[in-house]
Amino acid sequence: MAQRFTLDIDGKSRTIEVDDPDMPLLYALRDDLGLNNPRFGCGLGQCGACTVHIDGRVARSCVTPVSSVEDRKITTLAGLGTPENPHPIQTAWLEEQVSQCAYCINGWIMTAAALLAEKPHPTDKEIKDALSTLICRCGTHGAAIRAVKRAAQAV
Amino acid sequence: MSKLTRRAFISSTGALVVALAVKTDVAHAAADGAAKPALKPDLLDSYIAIEKDGTVTAYYGKIDGGQGLETAIAQMVADEIDVSPQSVHVVMGDTARTVNMGGASAATGISRAGMNLRRMAADARRLMLDMAAKTLDVPAERLAVTDGVVHDKTDASKRVSYAALIGGGRFDAPVNWNGQLGLGLAVTAQAKVKEPKAFNVIGKSPPRRDLPGKVFGTLQMAPDVRLPGMLHARMIRPPVAGAVPVKVDEDSIKGIPGAKAVWIKDLLAVVAEKEWNAVRAARNLKVTWTDSHPNFPGHDELHEHIRKAPIVKRHIQMENGNFDEGIKQAVRVIEGDYEFPTHSHSSTGPACAVADVRDGECTLYTSTQKPHYAAEGVAELLGLPRDKVRAVWMFGTGSYGRNDQGDATADAAVLSKHLGRPVRVQYMRHEGIAWDPKGTASVNRSKAGLDASGKVIAYENISKAFSRLDVGTNEGRAADVLAGHLLGFPLKPDQSFEIPVASYTFDHQRRGWETIPPLMDRASPMRTTHLRDPYGPPILFGSESFVDEIAAATDTDPVEFRLRYLTHPRDRDAVRIAAERYGWDKRPSPRTDQKDKAVAVGRGIAFRRHFTTFIGLVAEVRVHRKTGVIEPVRYVCAHDVGLIINPDTLRHVIDRQLVYGTSRTFFEELRFDRNMVTSVDWETYPVLHADFPLPQIDIELIERPEEAPSGAAEMALGLVPAAIGNAVFDATGVRLRRVPFTPARVKEVLDRA
Repeated sequence: MAQRFTLDIDGKSRTIEVDDPDMPLLYALRDDLGLNNPRFGCGLGQCGACTVHIDGRVARSCVTPVSSVEDRKITTLAGLGTPENPHPIQTAWLEEQVSQCAYCINGWIMTAAALLAEKPHPTDKEIKDALSTLICRCGTHGAAIRAVKRAAQAV
Repeated sequence: MSKLTRRAFISSTGALVVALAVKTDVAHAAADGAAKPALKPDLLDSYIAIEKDGTVTAYYGKIDGGQGLETAIAQMVADEIDVSPQSVHVVMGDTARTVNMGGASAATGISRAGMNLRRMAADARRLMLDMAAKTLDVPAERLAVTDGVVHDKTDASKRVSYAALIGGGRFDAPVNWNGQLGLGLAVTAQAKVKEPKAFNVIGKSPPRRDLPGKVFGTLQMAPDVRLPGMLHARMIRPPVAGAVPVKVDEDSIKGIPGAKAVWIKDLLAVVAEKEWNAVRAARNLKVTWTDSHPNFPGHDELHEHIRKAPIVKRHIQMENGNFDEGIKQAVRVIEGDYEFPTHSHSSTGPACAVADVRDGECTLYTSTQKPHYAAEGVAELLGLPRDKVRAVWMFGTGSYGRNDQGDATADAAVLSKHLGRPVRVQYMRHEGIAWDPKGTASVNRSKAGLDASGKVIAYENISKAFSRLDVGTNEGRAADVLAGHLLGFPLKPDQSFEIPVASYTFDHQRRGWETIPPLMDRASPMRTTHLRDPYGPPILFGSESFVDEIAAATDTDPVEFRLRYLTHPRDRDAVRIAAERYGWDKRPSPRTDQKDKAVAVGRGIAFRRHFTTFIGLVAEVRVHRKTGVIEPVRYVCAHDVGLIINPDTLRHVIDRQLVYGTSRTFFEELRFDRNMVTSVDWETYPVLHADFPLPQIDIELIERPEEAPSGAAEMALGLVPAAIGNAVFDATGVRLRRVPFTPARVKEVLDRA
């Protein structure tokens, strides 16, 4: 039996019908709602490509059941900032020209943004620890760390 | 100038606009009226168009995998045609709009395709100056161009824009084509390209134009394509390599809405309207498989297997003097073996593609790095004429060689044809590591003979490995993709490996390779093809570590040793400049003053020439004896690529690939047992994470604007294993002979010493 869920995503209320309440939030975002920034990387919570913020904290949408996030505030990369009104981490990411293919970028930017919200001036170790759960196969790790430091200085 | 306008050309050849859901390039073509280019390799219009508004479209038959090629190509074209780079739109990798320039391959995006487009842009400018000379009644020599406006140098009132001269029209001008398609395509024309002193934008560093869309999440990638009526598919792979389905229990997925199994010969998939239902069906589907006993050697025994395996093909690729005679004259002989593991592309995103096969035509939405060839392979698979298959390349996960994108693209096409609906295939994580085509493992063995003075008089370097081409790097044949294997197409493996480029001038030398039989012929999870810098890391780990061994054996400083045998100035500069920038202290390795220290420090160098890219890499490491942890402290990379188009982007490309090379050096090794690959996720295929102690990376770009540009996207990474290994030897006197340098393995070697 299909079930209805109403989700608060990037400040908008969205209602979807799903066949399985255990369906990960990632599939609701991508398949039902056409929100492409959370990406499928592993489906195992190991890479972070699917990261969103739930009530301001990072969450891996590929292992978060859609039934667990009703009445919670979900933010995707699209809700973080825009070219006209960028989040400081997005500005820093462009200044450092961090990414190559950028398939993973959603996870890195969302994770870094959550870190800076919690700790506006993180130590090097805090930055590395926060980013150490993410996968990037283009080797942008060093550049990403530099971008987070740059954003922290700008805040 | 053509009598046919571009728009008339569209209507005369039929609409080319497809897929409402594809917002990026295809829609751009519809919006601005840009037509299909001529697509005849000997016509200028196949490469360059002037739009109605005077902007320039460059048709680039390759792709940008994230190394900034789109921006660099715009710079090259803009400089030759005298418009601002912002006025150049680059169409990439769409088979309906670009001539096949070979896709991403061998880091030739600038050196080959970019140079072609540069020459085409220069000729377009020449033709427009001729047109302007007639329009303005001014000799062409008196004309100049500023930002797309041709004007009289002596009378600024005499002016005409590109838009007015030809905007929306066609040149219909022939160019000299060498008759080749793909990587070998070369086109030349009458106009000369600019001398370096006349450059306006080449050599400057405009930021990457693809990045804002990526940073703000507005750039559509291939996995984001959704077509009306599209089905989601998941492939069903066997638990044991080589097994094929004998029974499929459809009842096992009947409770999942819309889920259905698709079984064609040995190819098995599930589809559903909703993506999650396809995932669930893939998990639940009960399949009975044939008994298969691959009897793989297992990763721990792999190099023993390679050593003992029969040789399928031995090829001495380069020989000078007579090695056998030379080695007889030697008073001292040194030998060294080096082992490199199997690597997976293990792309960040497992492959994903959408195919729409209807009415005898096929459109593919894919981020494969070889869209033209992918379309050819799909045409063979589906039995369609080549011109009925269009591949639309879109940004996606970095492929870095022939990863699994071509396989997913073919799977989607086969399923779409079978079902009569558009199909999106998304591989799961285990497929992206266990089932992608692999970079081969190898044993590289070297032998050197020295005379009484310590001079190297004989040198041999032989790799023994699986062929690097079980399946083709171009995925242009059904035999190159898993679907072709599962549908019973004849296999077309090739026997090939490579040798280190011969820069060192030893009197008698022999460089070659030996290939061994594949572990499994058909649909093997271990099948090999190109992985980023296809043979660089395995060969250079052996050859550049061994050069260091000879230096040490003769008590010679490793930099001095290399310079003694290198004669080409660009080879020598790469080594010399890397050492100078590092602050190299001249002495033989190893250091002898750290025997009692828990942490030993050392520096090592490695060098390569690849095509006409010349690179020296110095690594400094701290070796923690108790734990076996190697901490890279600093890399210094001297990098000579000839003409540099965009220095900042080049630095980023080098920086990122050195980190990637560090991952392959310290972490990566494909695991497998007797039955199957057991690396299936990021825990079982460990890679570098951000908590790894990354080195400071100093990049010294050697500027040679008078030299043709070469490639940069994969040349430096292959030096990392040898540079690290040589630094560890300098620190400890212990030689590392097997990649990856995991702490356990390093500690074992240190403890044994």
